[in-house]
Amino acid sequence: MSPARRAAAGLARWPRYYRSELRIAFGRPRNLLMLAALAGAPVFFGIVLKVNTPEPGAGGPSGAGEFIGQVAENGVFLSLLAIYALLTVLLPLAVAVVSGDSVAGEAGMGTLRTMLTVPAGRLRLVATKYATIVTFSLAACLIVAGMGLLMGVILFPVGRVTLLSGDTVPLADGLGRLALIVGYVAAGLASLGAIGLALSTFTQHPIAVMAATLVVVIISEILDAISQVGAIHPYLPTHFWFSFDALLRTPIAWPQILHGLASFAAYAVIFAGAALVRIRRADVTC
Amino acid sequence: MTVAARAAAGDAPPADEAAAGEHAISTEGLTKRFRGGQLAVDHIGLAVPRGSVYGFLGPNGSGKTTTIRMLLGLVHPTEGSLRLLGADLRDGLDPVLPKVGALVEGPAYYPFLSGWQNLARLDAADRSADPRTARSRIDHALDQVGLLAAADKRYRAYSLGMKQRLGIAAALLRPRELMVLDEPTNGLDPQGTREIRALIRHIAADGTTVFVSSHLLAEVEQICTHVGVMSQGRLAFQGTLALLRSRGEPRIGIRTAQPAAAAGVLARLGLADIDADGTRVTARLGGQAPEHVNAELVRSGVPVSGLETIRPSLEDLFVELTGEGFDVTG
Ligand SMILES: Nc1ncnc2c1ncn2[C@@H]1O[C@H](COP(=O)(O)OP(=O)(O)O)[C@@H](O)[C@H]1O
Ligand SMILES: [Mg+2]
Repeated sequence: MSPARRAAAGLARWPRYYRSELRIAFGRPRNLLMLAALAGAPVFFGIVLKVNTPEPGAGGPSGAGEFIGQVAENGVFLSLLAIYALLTVLLPLAVAVVSGDSVAGEAGMGTLRTMLTVPAGRLRLVATKYATIVTFSLAACLIVAGMGLLMGVILFPVGRVTLLSGDTVPLADGLGRLALIVGYVAAGLASLGAIGLALSTFTQHPIAVMAATLVVVIISEILDAISQVGAIHPYLPTHFWFSFDALLRTPIAWPQILHGLASFAAYAVIFAGAALVRIRRADVTC
Repeated sequence: MTVAARAAAGDAPPADEAAAGEHAISTEGLTKRFRGGQLAVDHIGLAVPRGSVYGFLGPNGSGKTTTIRMLLGLVHPTEGSLRLLGADLRDGLDPVLPKVGALVEGPAYYPFLSGWQNLARLDAADRSADPRTARSRIDHALDQVGLLAAADKRYRAYSLGMKQRLGIAAALLRPRELMVLDEPTNGLDPQGTREIRALIRHIAADGTTVFVSSHLLAEVEQICTHVGVMSQGRLAFQGTLALLRSRGEPRIGIRTAQPAAAAGVLARLGLADIDADGTRVTARLGGQAPEHVNAELVRSGVPVSGLETIRPSLEDLFVELTGEGFDVTG
């Protein structure tokens, strides 16, 4: 087969490979447990807030507080609250775990050599792994937002949405903004996934990758909170993660959103690129 | 296609192709030095004829697995060249790897998937595999290794023998031109070893070239047409099994009541390496015919009560080549 024909066949049959990778990521008992925990968190938040309803505006002026005060008036905010609360540790953890599995996990089990002799193709394998990580990130965000919305509808009244800027928009508009937020947060997590993927090509210990990826998140969040190092804040991987509040104002602060997306894209390109370079050169000896 | 037509079509030079046609695997000066300095494979020139069953032998640590990893593109050689089914390593092996069934350093699969699901996953990653025939091919591969009944069992629950057989089933997912099996009988009981051997014989009967490594000569001796013997990263011998056997120089062994006299006769006949031990005298035969030696002994009045020609066993030859017993961990 000529290289061009092979490339065409590879592309045509890529969805089958991708689906089989998804089945692993989403079928693995440990990952299912993780997704269940992500789904359970909004339920827990909803019940707590239902039993112990805060006064409007009681949660404080910013961050999760902005949402806590609004949940009792509008269940849609339970979804936002859940995303906000889980974005600090649990959502990044899910992405870190899947990144650890991606290459390091396969190397540790020895399945990497089996896949490469199929041959899956080194670059194709890593690209497919990254597609799986991105899909998993999006699914995790959708689960959190979806369960938040479901519990919000069940436990609280739902109607026109009062934005952070004080304006009120129709429910459909509010839900549209929620969808954009899910996409934005998933993009942020996907950029973290690229860092995890790159780390994953250097070891055969998935736990080490998971831990290192989480350390990246935590250090970035700590540095981001120290005003003395403000000069580096825009370059931190997590700096723009929480900027999605721009989507809850009128008018939407698009520059802020685009700046965030540009940062995510830069991290994704650099680290996914590093992963590809590394896998090309690596000796697979395990 | 004629040479002219081939040239017009811009194909590879025919000389190259002819050479590739003879050998499923050929390497020149293939070398791997690991980071840290360990010289695992030291300038080896493999020549594995198409259609052969090539036993790749050597004690543990002699470089077999590292060589196999290089043959499959898993490890980058430090030096040397390599051709696999006519493809040059420098151009990438992925185009020919679908024609190669491989089992490297024992089977490795997802423990929480069944045997069937594990094979389906491998097949899904193969861009040249037809998804429409996947089901029947997986069933057939499992059937060939006798695992069809355990197809839906989780890999975790497989016995060592079943795991090893699943590894071979993966290599059988598609018709192959070459099978590269790294210690396929490792850890199996004699019954399991026999089964794998029968399977390899069956695969080879279809004309598939089989390259099989082992640290146990006895396990592959019966099925190989060719052998390569590794010793400390070097290829100490390569050739047909018959050639290896013929390398062992025959000795003559004489049982006699007068060993000193017998040794004298042998020395007069020009036999070297004479060794007298009690009533038994042995010597390297060289080019002499044993019956001629016997006649000379009788003529000189040496009473001969027994005479034999001794050929060293393959095992002896291996010990000689590798400098150690075959089971020794190196
Ligand atoms: N990744 C590695 N790094 C350094 N040395 C290695 C590595 N893999 C194998 N070796 C060394 O290379 C030599 C050959 O090993 P191997 O090819 O596994 O031998 P065999 O398969 O014949 O038992 C051994 O001395 C081993 O320790
Ligand atoms: Mg080995």
